[in-house]
Amino acid sequence: MLNNSLYRYLLLLGDNSLILGHRLSELCGHGPNLETDIALTNHSLDLFGQVRSYFQYAAKIAGEGTEDSVAFLRYEKDYLNVHLVEQPNTDFAHVICRQFLWDAYHLPLMKALMKSKDETLAAIGAKGEKEAAYHLRFSSEWMKRLGDGTEESHKRLQSALDHLYRYSYELFKESEVEKEMKEKGIGADLGKILEEWKKTTEDIFRSSNVSPSDDPPAIAKGKQGFHTEHMGFILAQIQYMQRAYPDMQW
Amino acid sequence: MVIPQPADIAPEILAILETVHDPEVPVLTVMDMGIMRKVEQNGTHLTIHISPTYSGCPAMDTIADDLKTAFSEHGFTTDIELVLAPAWTTDDMSEAGKRKLEEYGIASPLEATADKEALMGEAHKVKCPRCGSTNTHLVSAFGSTACKAHFKCKDCLEPFDYFKCLK
Ligand SMILES: [Zn+2]
Repeated sequence: MLNNSLYRYLLLLGDNSLILGHRLSELCGHGPNLETDIALTNHSLDLFGQVRSYFQYAAKIAGEGTEDSVAFLRYEKDYLNVHLVEQPNTDFAHVICRQFLWDAYHLPLMKALMKSKDETLAAIGAKGEKEAAYHLRFSSEWMKRLGDGTEESHKRLQSALDHLYRYSYELFKESEVEKEMKEKGIGADLGKILEEWKKTTEDIFRSSNVSPSDDPPAIAKGKQGFHTEHMGFILAQIQYMQRAYPDMQW
Repeated sequence: MVIPQPADIAPEILAILETVHDPEVPVLTVMDMGIMRKVEQNGTHLTIHISPTYSGCPAMDTIADDLKTAFSEHGFTTDIELVLAPAWTTDDMSEAGKRKLEEYGIASPLEATADKEALMGEAHKVKCPRCGSTNTHLVSAFGSTACKAHFKCKDCLEPFDYFKCLK
């Protein structure tokens, strides 16, 4: 992989949106009802739109390839997404809980990128911030509805949170690249994002009647290219067309 | 950067731009939508900068193709650049565009505060484009395309789309 910090930072940002966007796209036609199905695929579309911006820029920095080759032609170890976004769509509570933990991070991340010294990242942040705000509103509402709903919905949400909360720590564990980008005024300060994240999540956990487990953080090194067992299956599906028909276009 | 107004664009070019429509909301031209950021002319070659409405809006690729086709029919070659800054907001949509939306059956965007209240289901401010009633109710904040929410009118009972405020 290209040894350029900004390039790696763009992959780190883009891969999270790509893999989560893919997970959400798996729900197309399978949402619990029409409105939710459409909402979640809308989220997916927004995330893929951001991925395109990140990867077009990454390809430009690399001086070769396109957004498609960046998205589809890397090997597993070259993907830098966190483990949270790889977690499967076990049930609707898992989908919502994963989304909420992510959205509460994504919105302040976008706000921070708006202040980036890098013009392109600042523009991506400005565009993404509005979309992320819509997403967070949606997942927060569903957190409350499930957590404060029936006995069954509450049980499922709590169990989703028990599983997923351990993966949230990785979002805030600063990698070398993130540290360098922060110091150069290009990337976000994860410490500050964590403060925002805590405020948002504590507030919504309270109104959803759920509580995060005190299990230790999951051992997760997605930002270093080490992934869960789910990743190979995800990539097989994402990459199949480009591998089978190289350079294919719609 | 200032968004070019019709008066800033050569009449010959503007006339062609006004024939290119949004494939998802076909009553709106690219000028009505306000996605135009810059038009540079060098003889018969044009470089056109457009800004996407939502990041993942799939209509952008179609619009870029349609612009190329429309201009090539008039002897121009074109490069289309997608630019992210300044970001598109619903304020960029022209007044004529908003009116056409309403006539087409899509409620046009409210200003930011009213929009937020409407999408949180706290206030009934979105006006039904069919009967004009504000006795409307939010079905889903995410509608048929990324830019719209789904509403229902409690008076005439018709469902309708609302073009979300984006600022
Ligand atoms: Zn009505």
